Amino acid sequence: MNENLFASFITPMMFGLPLITLIVLFPSLLFPTSSRLVNNRLISLQQWMLQLVSKQMMSIHNTKGQTWALMLMSLILFIGSTNLLGLLPHSFTPTTQLSMNLGMAIPLWAGAVITGFRNKTKASLAHFLPQGTPTPLIPMLVIIETISLFIQPVALAVRLTANITAGHLLIHLIGGATLALMSINTTTALITFIILILLTVLEFAVAMIQAYVFTLLVSLYLHDNT
Amino acid sequence: MNVPLKEKKLLEVKLGELPSWILMRDFTPSGIAGAFQRGYYRYYNKYVNVKKGSIAGLSMVLAAYVFLNYCRSYKELSESLLDCFASGGVSPDRVGLVHRLI
Repeated sequence: MNENLFASFITPMMFGLPLITLIVLFPSLLFPTSSRLVNNRLISLQQWMLQLVSKQMMSIHNTKGQTWALMLMSLILFIGSTNLLGLLPHSFTPTTQLSMNLGMAIPLWAGAVITGFRNKTKASLAHFLPQGTPTPLIPMLVIIETISLFIQPVALAVRLTANITAGHLLIHLIGGATLALMSINTTTALITFIILILLTVLEFAVAMIQAYVFTLLVSLYLHDNT
Repeated sequence: MNVPLKEKKLLEVKLGELPSWILMRDFTPSGIAGAFQRGYYRYYNKYVNVKKGSIAGLSMVLAAYVFLNYCRSYKELSESLLDCFASGGVSPDRVGLVHRLI
């Protein structure tokens, strides 16, 4: 296919103004701050969800790791809301851009690893060699573990980008196929439409799951290092 | 009760006075920021920050977001529609497929 398909992934500009800033900042409008004990329904729902997620995710950490709670909760809220907003028609999803996901993944991973190296140097270095490896294999295994460590941020970013981009592309393609098939053979168009509905449900799930996975992995890297 | 023009609200301004009223508005950055803030709180306190807020408060914001994105991509969409009608009711990247099917 050609540029028609990828047109929804280019950076949005209008009259030369970068709209991308406004689009990235838009989800913050949907999470109002509260200054009361008992709030309106929107804020109460968000607070309940946030408590649920933070209890589930931060319970595995010690005191030092739990100082990251604000960062991780903001992360999951941001990625989740951005992905879900991208499912609206005609909207632009910032998380489809690899640059943005690398910008999220590399600092968080580096922060966790450097914290580990500074505070528990011996334990962090010990991660490079799993327990009980036979002696001749040691040099190779150290190299492999180093590579696997350095690939973690790249994997985080590429996983998020690829999942969201692939989902959007599939929706475009199957939607286009449904439209094209409607004049040729209505039954096939109906089947394709059902596939489109199922795909959209999957995309909603993927949007939230990817946010969860990203944050979970960052918290795991943190757990290893605090 | 003679209210000076500067302090009149928009609906109280007569049509003849409209240009001078617009020119008297505060166009400094802090003035514009204040206008956005007032607008945000007007919407928030009317539709969201109420005892029994419904889904409409959030849906109106999302609908406006969809509409603004549509306006942003109108040009591209209308050009691709033109290409579609030029190649006989099929999008231009599917023309090859249809030719092969025939």
